[in-house]
Amino acid sequence: MALRTEPFVLNVGPVHPSTHGVFRMRATLDGEVIVNIEPVFGYLHRGIEKLAEERTYSGIIPLTDRLDYLASMSNNLAYVLAVEKLAEIEVPERAEYLRVIMVELQRIASHLIGVGSFLNDCGAFFTPFLYMFREREKVVDMLDMVSGQRLTYNYMRIGGVSQDIPDEFLPALDKFLKQMPGFIDEYDQLLKENEILLARAKGVGILPKELAINISASGPVLRGSGVKWDIRKADPYSVYDRFEFDIPTGTVGDCYDRYRVRVEEMRQSLRIIKQAMEQLPPGAVRSEVPHLLRPPVGEAYGHIESPKGELGFYLVSDNSIAPYRCHIRAPSLINLTALRDMMIGWKIADAIIIFGSIDVCMGEIDR
Amino acid sequence: MTILNFNLNSIQYWQTLPPDWPGEFWWHWLVFTVIIIGFVLLLVMGFIYIERRGMGRMQARLGPNRTGPFGLLQPVADAIKILLKEDIVPTKADKLVHWLAPVIAFAPVLMVFAVVPFQNGAVLADLNIGILYVVAISSVTTVGIFMAGWGSSNKYSLLGAMRSVAAVVSYEIPLVLTIASVVLIVGSLSLNQIVLAQDIPFILLQPLGFLLYFIAGCAEINRSPFDLFEADSEIVAGFHTEYSGMKFALFYLAEYAEALAISAIITTLFLAGWRGPLLPPWLWFTLKVIIVFFVMVWTRTTLPRVRIDQLMALAWKFLLPLALINLLITGIEVLTLPAALPWVMILANFAIMVLLVLLWSKFFRLGGGRVEV
Amino acid sequence: MKFERYGIGIAKGLRVTIKHLFHHPVTVQYPEQRLNPSRRTRGNELIWDRTKCTGCATCAKTCPQGVIKIITSVSTEENKYVVEKFEVDTGYCIFCGLCVEACPYEALFMGYAYERAKYRRGELVQANEMLGASPERRPSGYMHPEIAAQLPRQTLLLERITEEE
Repeated sequence: MALRTEPFVLNVGPVHPSTHGVFRMRATLDGEVIVNIEPVFGYLHRGIEKLAEERTYSGIIPLTDRLDYLASMSNNLAYVLAVEKLAEIEVPERAEYLRVIMVELQRIASHLIGVGSFLNDCGAFFTPFLYMFREREKVVDMLDMVSGQRLTYNYMRIGGVSQDIPDEFLPALDKFLKQMPGFIDEYDQLLKENEILLARAKGVGILPKELAINISASGPVLRGSGVKWDIRKADPYSVYDRFEFDIPTGTVGDCYDRYRVRVEEMRQSLRIIKQAMEQLPPGAVRSEVPHLLRPPVGEAYGHIESPKGELGFYLVSDNSIAPYRCHIRAPSLINLTALRDMMIGWKIADAIIIFGSIDVCMGEIDR
Repeated sequence: MTILNFNLNSIQYWQTLPPDWPGEFWWHWLVFTVIIIGFVLLLVMGFIYIERRGMGRMQARLGPNRTGPFGLLQPVADAIKILLKEDIVPTKADKLVHWLAPVIAFAPVLMVFAVVPFQNGAVLADLNIGILYVVAISSVTTVGIFMAGWGSSNKYSLLGAMRSVAAVVSYEIPLVLTIASVVLIVGSLSLNQIVLAQDIPFILLQPLGFLLYFIAGCAEINRSPFDLFEADSEIVAGFHTEYSGMKFALFYLAEYAEALAISAIITTLFLAGWRGPLLPPWLWFTLKVIIVFFVMVWTRTTLPRVRIDQLMALAWKFLLPLALINLLITGIEVLTLPAALPWVMILANFAIMVLLVLLWSKFFRLGGGRVEV
Repeated sequence: MKFERYGIGIAKGLRVTIKHLFHHPVTVQYPEQRLNPSRRTRGNELIWDRTKCTGCATCAKTCPQGVIKIITSVSTEENKYVVEKFEVDTGYCIFCGLCVEACPYEALFMGYAYERAKYRRGELVQANEMLGASPERRPSGYMHPEIAAQLPRQTLLLERITEEE
């Protein structure tokens, strides 16, 4: 006799320990198996795109800090790149290098959180999370030293960066570069080969290569599926064409691959920082830009490889002091597109780690 | 007056009787019940302290250190805080079941200690079927957990409760089979007899049994990596999502008391219970219990959680066959080599364990994966 | 999945955690132990130098939140603006530091303090003399390197850990 069963709806979120903010998934479950999943977001909507239309070009920079609050530097950079393209502003050499150093430090910090919270979702009770927070703290300390704030840096300016680095920054960075590889090895020892993690993450939540390209996923999610695509290489911005680094890719596109890609990217970031530090030229860090910038009529799209993927700012100018339109291409939102395809058929416990492995930031999704 | 007389009489009476069965001496029961409750409560507080501090240090932080010296009073502060909280019952909850669940979950855990010897003969009741009683009683907790899951009419709770029932039913089997192989060596079900028989701790004679019992025990009492009945990152808090105040305190207490019970049983079965040189027996017992619990904290700090189907696969495909083989080998050893030298047996058993675990690891498949829907 | 690694991965992880048990934790016990913040800290109050301010209101124009209010009057004798009211609602301030950066006369500073919680909302609105510098309200070195040089060195977690090992 077949048992008559009935699917039921489980609301995961908006307030749930592992939805990384206020994300909500309406999951239809058959027992523990997910039959259907419906993402609901918008709980953190602040209307940043609209707000940007009311502000001066430099006044938008603090707003971008609040997009992906785990990678404020990257958001700053993407925005100022777009404005510089729009207004055709030259950036001093030293500022370019400083930007690269800051953004790569930020990438390490963001990936530390991404990996840490992914492992935490897998159930490793806060241990990897806290270890990674310890290292993030060091990065944050350094960014604090440079910019004066720990989370919302507001460091990049149109035509450079706000201030030159203090004297104690480079020694600290050097120390960090020496320490960090050891710590990354430590994390690998902690869980890389752990049988339970392998059982949980390997082969789970596979995002096939074709689907990843079709949904225009980017960042570690795309690279985890085996696509060698990195804007730093594909369309080098700033001075990225002067550095040597590899693009780590996965093979299958499962949660484990995405996790590994992130860890490898941290190593690559260290490599870039090291080269940037050696090549750092002296000179000015900021070019002369009018206080109330009025870019010529036109439009520009500036994009960078943020820790979460391709972050783009599309700006339209009508020759006034505020942009006519500002659109943000947020990587987290677009990477979430494949959520349903990745989750269906897996158990509710897998859904959590699949969501964790995409590494989203709600500030960016809801904007 | 009559009660007092009875009391005075009974003291003399007791001294002439063997201590294992107190007969009509209700006060022996009373004293031991108080001792056990005190022991459990005190050690549970100790456990909470050890867990939070030990875990803190392993995670490169300090852990609670503000209340009292070294934060020793933290569990007390926690308890007071929890007891003062409002007791919230969901509107659609099955009130009676919701109210009864924590009691049913907690009482059996306490009852387990009735047969655990703290010293030679220092037991509430030295049942001759002691270990059987433990197995029987400790399973009742699951009923409480399922009642909590059902009664709170919350989907997360229900998921957790269903996971709990499935897991406990599966893990009872390897658990009992490993116990059986210990009993086979001793030839008695009484826990006191089992301790007395351990001239060499059974962890050396039964290394595989110890491993299996530890894993199955962890799974049964909801310790990481098998803590998926309340998996905080998946189903919020599992069966006790809807509990607060005193009832939550009871669940919390039950959880740690269960850990204490399993540690005590492991100590008794495999680590020679209260036996040990120099220190008084009860101290040895407590020390060993704490060490076993510390290993649990250690694994909790390190390991990720398994998935429900992997949990079941582990029970049925890994632990059960190994437990059966272990029982068979123990049986053969007891029958054919009763007079073999202990260290030969120790070496042989360790070799068998390594061989079996390697072999099983090689051929074991967890299975499971995506379900087509 | 199978256990082809025979639990070696688990054992490695266990080794890492037990090693940490004997390491010194990185926690700072806040009220007793205090770390020096960054010399450029954009701490939670604004410091305004009345003598340097000319009332040009560049800060008010730059502020993305619009929290700075300046009321000036024209003084004909001295031939300049007199600032009658300089008011900042720090409750709305996002501490971006753009005003400090924009001020052409270096009359604005970010605060160095980080313990400035208030009990009343009204206290968040600060004006005129309340915004002046004092020993409790030290200016930070944000955009003012000469002040930064006098402030104590920032404590770095990076250095604390290496010193202990």
